[in-house]
Amino acid sequence: MYSEKVMDHFRNPRNVGEIEDADGIGEVGNARCGDIMKMYLKIEDGVIVDVKFKTFGCGSAIASSSMATELIKGKTIEEAMEVTNKAVAEALDGLPPIKMHCSLLAEQAIKAALYDYAKKNNVKIKGLENFNPVEDIHDHEHA
Amino acid sequence: MDKYIYMDNAATTPVKKEVLDEMLPYFNVNYGNPSSIYTLGSKSKNAISISREKVAKAINADPREIFFTAGGSEADNWAIKGVAYANKDKGNHIITSKIEHHAVLHTCEYLEKEGFRVTYLDVDQYGIVDLEQLKKSITDDTILISIMFANNEIGTIQPIKEIGKIAKEKGIYFHTDAVQAIGHIKIDVNELNIDLLSMSAHKFYGPKGIGALYVRKGVKIDPLITGGGQERNRRAGTENVPGIVGMGKAIELAYENLEGKNAKLIKLRDRMINKILEKIDYVRLNGHPTNRLPGNVNVCFEFIEGESILLSLDMEGIAASSGSACTSGSLEPSHVLLAIGLSHEIAHGSVRLTLGDFNTEEEVDYVVEKLAEIVSRLRTMSPLYEKVKEGK
Repeated sequence: MYSEKVMDHFRNPRNVGEIEDADGIGEVGNARCGDIMKMYLKIEDGVIVDVKFKTFGCGSAIASSSMATELIKGKTIEEAMEVTNKAVAEALDGLPPIKMHCSLLAEQAIKAALYDYAKKNNVKIKGLENFNPVEDIHDHEHA
Repeated sequence: MDKYIYMDNAATTPVKKEVLDEMLPYFNVNYGNPSSIYTLGSKSKNAISISREKVAKAINADPREIFFTAGGSEADNWAIKGVAYANKDKGNHIITSKIEHHAVLHTCEYLEKEGFRVTYLDVDQYGIVDLEQLKKSITDDTILISIMFANNEIGTIQPIKEIGKIAKEKGIYFHTDAVQAIGHIKIDVNELNIDLLSMSAHKFYGPKGIGALYVRKGVKIDPLITGGGQERNRRAGTENVPGIVGMGKAIELAYENLEGKNAKLIKLRDRMINKILEKIDYVRLNGHPTNRLPGNVNVCFEFIEGESILLSLDMEGIAASSGSACTSGSLEPSHVLLAIGLSHEIAHGSVRLTLGDFNTEEEVDYVVEKLAEIVSRLRTMSPLYEKVKEGK
């Protein structure tokens, strides 16, 4: 059902945990739908120097979160903004069609954490001007 | 543990060796078509007769009341559609429950589109149908009551005798989907006033692709599959002879020393339930504590999701199942867990472990130990558990 990469990131998720003095925290999804992702960012001089996540969800939700943290760690805010759900899914060697929303949730988690950072530090991030963390990815996807 | 631990016996069971041995000659030695008049055909025909007698005996029916099908889903479809269409001059109302298998629920939904009216009875917190609601739902138009014998997810056994009595008093046909119960619980169709009963061989160590529908003599039912005159003109299609032979042998074996086997299974089941409740916190048992299938364990672990538990169990060589949305292929968790009143959040964390004849106490202990580790690992990753620990 899942690729080796997904199973690897599920088995040994990278960057699990919290950052106590995080500069940005984003939480997306909801328990009713069975997945919640929470992402913590440490940002110095516009660079994501550390990132951690916590996820409630299925195997692909955990693997997508893990992969998303890998893709943005050490990257600039601008580079992180370019990480799409497609990029997360591709980096995992693909996700089953019904699980694609997990990668979208991961993209949203990154953006929600960056949005939180921008708000707290009163900075503007290109692409987040009208950001509105999607409450329910499922409705969004399947409506 | 080196070997694979299979705890999904409600999904399917392995074919027992004695069953397979009886089936094998019917693939390539006694391969004749039962409808052919020559000796090779007669051998197949006789084998079917013997199997039919075994199946009938298991539920105290007459062999002429047993009709072989391609499995439980066909039997459910046939019972419901066949009775509905054959009796539509009498009425168009069917009563079933909210926790039926999809083979029943989706068939009822199909009939609703065809102009039938269906009442879906509520169940209590343990998954037992509301008998008062059943009585109140009956109208002059009610032609069929279809209530499962035991639930496939949470294992709850329904008050079948009471339902049979109510149906008989009102002169309404009573169908029960007994796919999970047959071979595991003693069933007497006369004592329980059952008019139609669905069964499937692969749930009791028989082969897949074969089942049967019991139809009480005199019940008006249309065929579902038309064609040749097999099964006394009720179910067309060349008989699955090896499957039928296997089903006969499997049902015979299932009812040999049933009490002894069940005593062992219930002991294993309760050991597993008690250990899980004792070793893991934020967990609840789903289904009735005692009035449940001998091998069924169904629990919800809070703050984590079922599919990730199953994947983790699989990595440890353990097979189980879940009612979470992520394993059902839909976005909704199990309709059964929602019907017993669980919230979506809790239902997503469900795990079903179903024990069978080949499971041991050692396996039960090992699986609980691994479960505790897995639950704890997944909870350290869960943002929901974090909130609970912080008292939010």
